[in-house]
Amino acid sequence: MNVIAVQRWNFWGGVITALTLVWAILWAFPLYWGVISSLKPDDEVVRPYIELWPETPTLENYISALTTTQIGAWYVNSVAVAVGVTIITIFISMLCGYAISQLRFPGRIALWWLILASFMVPISALIINHFVLVANLGLINSWAGIMLPQLIHPVIIIVYKQFFDQVPKDFREAAVMDNASEFGILFKIYMPMNWGVTTALSIVCFIWTWNAFLWPFLSVTRTEMMTITVGITQVNDAFGVYYARQLSAAVLAGLPVALAYLFFQRRVTEAITLSAGIKG
Amino acid sequence: MLRNFRTERLVALVLVAPFLAIYLLTFVYPTVQMFRISFTDAPLIGTGRWVGLDNYLRLDNDPMFRRALWNTAYFVLMTVVPGTLIALLIALGVSRLKGRFQSIVLALFFLPYILPVSVVYLIWDWTLNFQFGIAMHVLDWLGIPRVPVFKSRLWFLPAVAGVTIWWTAGFSILLFLAGLRSIPAEIYEAAALDNSTRWTTFRRITWPLLWPITSLVFTIQLILQLKIFDQVYLFSIGGRPNDNMVLVYYVFQKAFQQNQGGRAAAVAVTLFVLVVVVSVLQFQLLRFAERRRR
Repeated sequence: MNVIAVQRWNFWGGVITALTLVWAILWAFPLYWGVISSLKPDDEVVRPYIELWPETPTLENYISALTTTQIGAWYVNSVAVAVGVTIITIFISMLCGYAISQLRFPGRIALWWLILASFMVPISALIINHFVLVANLGLINSWAGIMLPQLIHPVIIIVYKQFFDQVPKDFREAAVMDNASEFGILFKIYMPMNWGVTTALSIVCFIWTWNAFLWPFLSVTRTEMMTITVGITQVNDAFGVYYARQLSAAVLAGLPVALAYLFFQRRVTEAITLSAGIKG
Repeated sequence: MLRNFRTERLVALVLVAPFLAIYLLTFVYPTVQMFRISFTDAPLIGTGRWVGLDNYLRLDNDPMFRRALWNTAYFVLMTVVPGTLIALLIALGVSRLKGRFQSIVLALFFLPYILPVSVVYLIWDWTLNFQFGIAMHVLDWLGIPRVPVFKSRLWFLPAVAGVTIWWTAGFSILLFLAGLRSIPAEIYEAAALDNSTRWTTFRRITWPLLWPITSLVFTIQLILQLKIFDQVYLFSIGGRPNDNMVLVYYVFQKAFQQNQGGRAAAVAVTLFVLVVVVSVLQFQLLRFAERRRR
């Protein structure tokens, strides 16, 4: 009796596993299809039937995308903006998280509430005034202009504060007794304890910034200053109806973040779960 | 001792200052400015006359604003509930798998979330291309007439909603997996000993214990989708954006294409208030869930 129940359990378990697998493959299929199409020559791309593998694989679309558009410049812009935003954001958020967690100062509670409240602010509602601000500073069409409104990530401060909170108070007191400087305590004791978190947050911050669309789209009007996520959608004329070329540009734009995820899978998922307020 | 206390304050000020300066400049100041210019007839750049509530009163009989509001609500409806349920189903399937196999399957579901919206747009624009898209071959094969998905008023928003679910499900799946992992295995073992069926186990154990995560995923999705712009803008390229108007797009159109900063700000304030109200509700909901768990 019991044996039969267990067997039935396993049978349905197997069916569910198989369905999950099929679903996963179908789910990722458009990604595969995009990559495969980018490797086909023009005449193969538009054939009226489905070919899951290119007959004559070619890199000509990539070469053409690299030579006929300013994709190189967009890459440089994206890397500069994403690296810049990541370094500044992680740095200022860590300092702020440390201060709120470990130091006593007037306005500490108010600041903490200010950070929590900023979760509610829909940044897309502020685009008009971000534009006015950046224009008044003369930063339209510049890396600094693309970066400026992207530097505040309340989530990162909150994660840092929670991690610093877990460090026993004795650590700081002992260091203060030893006459260590306040900055020494932060950089030599607390920061090394949190390298894991810092790496994970840096990777997701890089991915978020690389993927940002609305603000980089608004703050740049000159083609050569675009980030790659904006650039590949703004030059349809350059591609005409060459779908494969457009797709090869898309592959180039997605590659850095896809690789960052595949190499640091665990760290990325950990940081993203943390950023939603769940301790993984 | 007193000196120590003063250095601590000073150090705190130095540490907090960079964040606070950027925060005031890019969060507080723009928010105040947004409210202020919404009462003026200012262009995008420059000052305007004070017009009181005029910009808001105009919204009341502005058909395009109504359409934006309605489309946004429609889009939220089509993404939030189905998106949450699909993510839950996938998470339940993935959580049964073990080790390396699990991380590979999870990666297949998660990869779209990691990609920029413009890549997602190009891939789906190609997949659903009216002439050459692979999805159209499938439709032909099934004997269903082809649909110019992103040029059709009927199909545009549902299709963009589908693409959005595909794009963002990875995030929700991750949260659900974390939630499923936190349910102790002993509870399931006890249920198995009682010969509890799969459905009963889900209904009596998994669903109630997962509820805090479900409500979190739901509200995160809700707030995110209220701010829809990127996908609607991109898929409207070469189409008719006015048919598919959503709130952020309307702010963009008024401010950046029609140079009416004041009137755009009134729309932005509406969106701002909407998101703040939903966020406050979310916060209350989470506090309620927290209390119930104790």
